Amino acid sequence: MAEKLFSLIYLVPLLPLLGAFVNGAYAFSGAKLVRPFVHTIALAAIFIPFLITVGAFLHVTSLPEESRQVVVTFFPWLDVGSFKANVEFLIDPLSLTLMLVITGIGSLIHLYSVGYMSHEPSYARYFTYLNLFCFAMLILVMGSNVPMMFIGWEGVGLCSYLLIGFWFTDSAKAAAGMKAFVVNRVGDFAFIVGFLLLYWTLQSKGHATVQFVELRNAVTHLDGVMLGSFSLVTIVCVLMFIGATGKSAQIPLYVWLPDAMAGPTPVSALIHAATMVTAGVYMIGRMSYLFSMSPAALNIIATVGFVTALFAAIIGFTQNDIKKVLAYSTVSQLGYMFGAMGVAAYTAGVFHLLTHAFFKACLFLGSGSVIHAMSGEQDIQKMGALRKHLPITHATFFLSTLAIAGIFPFSGFFSKDEILWHAFNHSKLLWLIGVTAAAGTAVYMLRMVTLTFYGESRVSEEAMHHLHESPLSMTIPLMVLAFLAVFGGFLGVPESLGHFFGLHESNLLEHWLEPSLVFPKEALPMASHATEYFLMVFSLGIAISGCLIGFVLYTKRKDIPESLAQKYPKVYEFIYNKYYVDEFYKAVFVNNLLRLNDFLALFDQKVIDGIVNGTAYVTKIVAYVSGWVDRTFVDGLVNLTASVTSFGGIIARRFQTGRIQTYLYLALGAILVIVFYRFG
Amino acid sequence: MFPYLSFMTFFPLAGALLIALTPKGKDNLVRWIALLTTLPLLVAAVKIFCLFDRSLSTMQFVEGPYPWISTFNIEYFMGIDGLSVSMILLTALVSTVAVLASWGIQKSVKSYFALLLLLFSGMFGVFSALDFFLFYVFWEVMLLPMYFLIGIWGGPRREYAAIKFFLYTLLGSVLMLLVMLSFYFYSEGHTFNLLLLADQAKQLGPFTSTAFRHACWLGLFICFAIKVPVFPFHTWLPDAHVEAPTAISVILAAVLLKMGVYGIMRICFPLFPDASIYFSGMIAALGMINIVYGALCAMAQKDFKKLIAYSSVSHMGFCLLGMSSMTAEGFNGTVLQMFNHGTITAMLFLLVGVVYDRAHHREINGFGGMATIMPRYSAITTFAFFAALGLPGLSGFVSEVLCFMGGFKNYPIYTIISVSGVVLTAAYMLWAFQRVFLGAVNEKYKDFDDINMREVVTLVPFMIIVLIAGVYPKIALDLFNSTMTALSHAMGTLPVAGL
Repeated sequence: MAEKLFSLIYLVPLLPLLGAFVNGAYAFSGAKLVRPFVHTIALAAIFIPFLITVGAFLHVTSLPEESRQVVVTFFPWLDVGSFKANVEFLIDPLSLTLMLVITGIGSLIHLYSVGYMSHEPSYARYFTYLNLFCFAMLILVMGSNVPMMFIGWEGVGLCSYLLIGFWFTDSAKAAAGMKAFVVNRVGDFAFIVGFLLLYWTLQSKGHATVQFVELRNAVTHLDGVMLGSFSLVTIVCVLMFIGATGKSAQIPLYVWLPDAMAGPTPVSALIHAATMVTAGVYMIGRMSYLFSMSPAALNIIATVGFVTALFAAIIGFTQNDIKKVLAYSTVSQLGYMFGAMGVAAYTAGVFHLLTHAFFKACLFLGSGSVIHAMSGEQDIQKMGALRKHLPITHATFFLSTLAIAGIFPFSGFFSKDEILWHAFNHSKLLWLIGVTAAAGTAVYMLRMVTLTFYGESRVSEEAMHHLHESPLSMTIPLMVLAFLAVFGGFLGVPESLGHFFGLHESNLLEHWLEPSLVFPKEALPMASHATEYFLMVFSLGIAISGCLIGFVLYTKRKDIPESLAQKYPKVYEFIYNKYYVDEFYKAVFVNNLLRLNDFLALFDQKVIDGIVNGTAYVTKIVAYVSGWVDRTFVDGLVNLTASVTSFGGIIARRFQTGRIQTYLYLALGAILVIVFYRFG
Repeated sequence: MFPYLSFMTFFPLAGALLIALTPKGKDNLVRWIALLTTLPLLVAAVKIFCLFDRSLSTMQFVEGPYPWISTFNIEYFMGIDGLSVSMILLTALVSTVAVLASWGIQKSVKSYFALLLLLFSGMFGVFSALDFFLFYVFWEVMLLPMYFLIGIWGGPRREYAAIKFFLYTLLGSVLMLLVMLSFYFYSEGHTFNLLLLADQAKQLGPFTSTAFRHACWLGLFICFAIKVPVFPFHTWLPDAHVEAPTAISVILAAVLLKMGVYGIMRICFPLFPDASIYFSGMIAALGMINIVYGALCAMAQKDFKKLIAYSSVSHMGFCLLGMSSMTAEGFNGTVLQMFNHGTITAMLFLLVGVVYDRAHHREINGFGGMATIMPRYSAITTFAFFAALGLPGLSGFVSEVLCFMGGFKNYPIYTIISVSGVVLTAAYMLWAFQRVFLGAVNEKYKDFDDINMREVVTLVPFMIIVLIAGVYPKIALDLFNSTMTALSHAMGTLPVAGL
């Protein structure tokens, strides 16, 4: 049975690929669209893998802890010199967790898309991309070596590009896709360099490998290897983390994610909230043995993570596009995950990845339901009082908001609290940034909920007319996700609380994930249980007051935020325009690059080619001159010789008279000359 | 054994003669003769692919050496190893596709196809010749038909482009001739046999003076660098590509550019191992310049075909970076990159041809929204563009990674700068795609027909190969891995430069 399950595991990525192929061929053929055919294929292609994953998961949980790591090899991919890589999968608790998220939430979002995209003419193309994305994402998490992971890494980038620019007739949307891909490539640049550095150093130590299981032992040989004044591991980790900031939208490469909201909303839920953007977190978890070796790199990751969390949360206050608010909130929540990874609380990071996948997917799908109901309107200033019209959407959205705000006992509370607790033990400053961001999250999320669902209606007559709750295909995923957002936190009840409530087993997730992870050698001293309780209550208090403030400010006392915005217009403008980071990048990088291109193209044409053409020109002149010289002098000389000869001939001819007497006289004369010369 | 190599080299010549004998006005007959001439080549290529022994690093399918001009010890000597076999396969495929892609040629059809087949003869000859003189002869044989094919069937500035191409290549040929004659006069037993010369080179070869060896190496390198083309000898390429008809662009990019890299690896490296190692830093630096400079220039282009021409400059840089490493990884990367660039760029030129045939211009900014008008065409273009920008899972990625892996070992700084090509390539490819295919529909072109069957047939073989070589690169790498590993051992190992 066990072997059979693992032999089926290849179906998990293969079925979505097959689904993409079938629907892709269907879309390519241009045949008449039969929607049920398309979505049956697409749904089956992701739901069957989900069932297989669940089976594998149940099987692995029944194994003893030390054997919860299975490598399934298919065929050799590359075998050149010392560089060997197979197409093979690594099934362990970490990859299984992510596989469950991808196939599970993936299935729900596929189902939701059936309703959401029901009027879309490019229906088959949409599901092709969606299936293809799931395939790439599964390769990313299941791949057992760095190249395989990178194949998935770039594959999801491709699908993200295709889906962001799904409605490509709008230039702005198409450009957003391009931006996402290129910005990601900037991160990939660092990732590739980091990988090359890691590989060749290992090779020089005689441990060349790219396989994750083998790397775990191999990297121990890198201890103490220096590169300049930094340890090599630190440089490698920082480079790989830069790769992660691209994929997972962290400072400084987060700029593509808000623009990525141009894609269909289910895509935002699946790719830009639940799965793809967490790839960076997964990568760090997958190579935790490497990152654990470099406290310096971890510090950088933690700092970037928490600062991003706060930085993005502040932007969230000023945005009016419902999806943009959620986008910045995603950037912010991803910041928490990296913060967790940075303080080596890897399980907390993965835990937050999980709960975030639940509540953020629910929020995005909820926003999609709102947009669907509002006939495409995304501005929350033009909504209000929607709760009566969209009861299910409202309920699920509200519960997920409480989860993200960190209200007990919803899922976000547990994961965020665990992160803050570890951050507190690591550095009080990081904790403070984290808590501030948490307060901010509560306020801006409640602002959004309030403006959308409460207060007075600002909906236009036209939109009011079409207002309707979404069909079942859309509300079922919402309800399932809301359920998970509410109860998902119990996977990771902290030991202190579990003890308090008399649970036998607490922190299930931590125990489950432990075999996949390697923590730093020196464990941090942890503060006492009392402190932990206090911090818990404190952050809960912050979250609740944040929610209340958000609710009150945007229902009863709307004058306060308005007057604040009027009082400090510069500050408001600055935040509203996202600190002008996009403008800065455009001015500094994009424009200068374009200038450099034009300059080089001109240089190529005028200078390099100029030299070639110049050489040709000079050769022509030389040829002309030499032609002239040839005609005048060389040929002249020839002609001169000829003239001289013929002149000589004319003279010589006079002697050739043909009369014998003349010759005799000449001969006689010559003899006389010789005789006189010789004897005279 | 059946003389596969001579067959592939001279069968097209026979076809060319047959075409020359066909009566005037039978254009379709000529086209079919050309196609039926290339199909047996394809069959022979498949046969070679099956029969080729992957475990050997030595020459296979050897014919000769038979004395040819015995006064000067010139021999008829053919044979292929892993390096040549991949090129032979590529050439066979590209030849067939080129004939299909030339179906629409209307101007002097007879001469066109006769010259095309003559060109094929030269290409197969270059990749199978093992006698330096024979190699030189085939090298020159290619030059002539190419000159006429660009100069007669090309675009408005065809004469300028053709003469530029001709003179530039001829300059290289002169250098090669000089080095070849030096070899003849100095070598033991006055031979042109490349294998014997390589053997002699192991004891530092016939030339005792290091300076002379370096000079000869540079002469040969410049000859091949012009073909690759290596910066700063690359400016003939954009002109030739822009003016050449689609099929000729395809051949030029897919096969002719490869001869530069092939020549370096077949002649420069085995015949001058020490000079090659001495100059490897320069090769790596030139590779880096090609990659980055080519990409930056590509981004600034307004002509679709010129953009792809510069992308060729950039992509061929990977070959240089890979070969400069003298490692098995790098050498394998170089050969695979040659093959991949051949298939991918062939697709790109064919695709540009599709839209040019309809719109009769190639201004990138003059289109817009083509994805709505020609969805299938745009789907295939997406595939080709992502292959070109090295998307993992497609073939270009594998060879780029191997070239980086090779390059990084000895020249980390050059390689790191080269890796930035990954970002730049994505930028110019997607930006061009955006301007041509996405956005609002351009009303002028809304009645265009989508890509037709003949065009799809020319593209599909390349797509399949690109996909297979990306998912299962071993199938390609196995062909030349032993040869390349042996070559890297023969070259010895470079001292590690460190960062």
